Amino acid sequence: MSQPESALAEAQGGGRAPESLAALAERHGLRRAIARPSMPAYLRQLWDRRHFILTYATSRNVSKYSESMLGQLWQVLTPLLNAAVYWLMFGVILGQSKSIENYPAFLITGVMVFTFTQRTVISGAKSISSNLSLIRALHFPRASLPLAYTMQELQQLGYSMAVLVLLVLVTGEPITWLWLLIPVTLLMQLVFNIGMAMFMARLGAFMRDLNQLMPFITRTWLYASGVFYAIDDKTRELPELLRWVLEFNPAAAYIEFMRDLLIYQRFPERWAWVTCLFWAVFALIVGFWYFWRAEERYGRG
Amino acid sequence: MAELTEELSQVAPQHSETQNSETQTPETRNPKVGTPTVIVDDLHIVYKVYGAASESEKGNAANALMRILRRQGRPQMKEVHAVKGVSFVAHHGDAIGIIGRNGSGKSTLLRAIAGLLPPHKGAVYTNGQPSLLGVNAALMKELTGERNIILGCYAMGMSPAEVREKYDEIVDFSGIGDFVQFPMSTYSSGMGARLRFAISSAKTHDVLLIDEALATGDREFKKKSQQRIKQMRDSAGTVFLVAHNLDVIEETCNRVIWLHKGKIRMEGDPQEVLEAYNKA
Repeated sequence: MSQPESALAEAQGGGRAPESLAALAERHGLRRAIARPSMPAYLRQLWDRRHFILTYATSRNVSKYSESMLGQLWQVLTPLLNAAVYWLMFGVILGQSKSIENYPAFLITGVMVFTFTQRTVISGAKSISSNLSLIRALHFPRASLPLAYTMQELQQLGYSMAVLVLLVLVTGEPITWLWLLIPVTLLMQLVFNIGMAMFMARLGAFMRDLNQLMPFITRTWLYASGVFYAIDDKTRELPELLRWVLEFNPAAAYIEFMRDLLIYQRFPERWAWVTCLFWAVFALIVGFWYFWRAEERYGRG
Repeated sequence: MAELTEELSQVAPQHSETQNSETQTPETRNPKVGTPTVIVDDLHIVYKVYGAASESEKGNAANALMRILRRQGRPQMKEVHAVKGVSFVAHHGDAIGIIGRNGSGKSTLLRAIAGLLPPHKGAVYTNGQPSLLGVNAALMKELTGERNIILGCYAMGMSPAEVREKYDEIVDFSGIGDFVQFPMSTYSSGMGARLRFAISSAKTHDVLLIDEALATGDREFKKKSQQRIKQMRDSAGTVFLVAHNLDVIEETCNRVIWLHKGKIRMEGDPQEVLEAYNKA
């Protein structure tokens, strides 16, 4: 009798002292298929998947515009059109521009910086729920998906930053040494976005109605973040606490930081640094931990 | 469950004779053959289905509101008990066919073995990582075959060096030739299936799970893919194959599990099980 059947018969209790399947598994060193890796192991797996994350992000960007005639040009056109729409609304029609110096640059900086976070949050919320078939077919650390979506937005940001810098120069702002800090603030924002994308990914994976709500949430956030107006200007009459909350808002902090560098030509205050750094670290740790805790449950529903 | 044990005890003795003659070749070649690779122990899988509401409850805003007010969960969510207490042991060098009607739990069972669906009760024990031949989920039809090969390889966890090494082999094996420069949306269904199989079988798997992949493709490709499965068995891998096409199972597998409504109806030598299956 060949070995397979003897093992099976044994396991099924075919006459002799029955060995349970669990014991048989243990004797041959087999493990349960589903288990969440420890955090260090998880980070290592994620690092091993870096090529997948980047390729997936690029592929999504390429395929996104493959149907349109202008193709990759949309990566530049989309942020430009966005800025144009807001300038028309708030600059021309609502006349916001009178109280703010160089309003076009002010507005475009706000729009570009906010869009980066907004798009990452929205796509992060979908990153698990719209990839269920992938999750159910292949093994990989699930955090690859929100990370890939963040990287995709980062690639888009490259184009919008080029547009932003160009427009700011056109409106007459000079290039200063402070511009060297642009990558620093973008890095802080990127880290914040990664954390947010992870957090939203888990929320979106288990709360199916979240995607319907996202437009409202992000729009409220947009209006509260001082993209179109100067927060300290407009909030003089508000209670102290509310003003503090509005200024502590991460999106507002990153926008202000970028405006300091690009438009006001001043080194950001210590308060701005603390806020931006705090949000980056806080979001990354909380978002990552929160996402990892449900690692083995994604794709189950 | 009594049904299962009874059947097993009947099948086992005859089964071993036929199996001996069949597995002899790999057995003499590889000492690992015969030790278990996958153990499925009284596995139950229950999953939730959304949007499976009955006619009367369908998409009506007033109904939805009433449900929330009455604090009844979502009725669109139904629980499906897809696998009900399946147990078996698979070994190095086995190629196990899984047959059964639509909805008998075959694909669910494969996903559970791959560790992609958590068991409701019971357990699946494996060494290494069983992989589902399911790279298609990572591919994007708007992209060229070339980009998809790279993407698919990374999705399976290969390194850039491995991708470079395997690239030509994948193109050769798929036989799509110059089409590799075109978007996958322009491929015929056979070409797409060939490319997908070529990509997913490029990686060496200890345990490979194949779900209906060989049904498409022409005669020649079918031969090629069967050969590849044989190679995997010979290198002491274990292959699980789900197919409705019974001759594929008969030609490639040395064991067949017949699932019926989430339970094992019969298990053993391909000819016997297939004969019984055809009669049923």
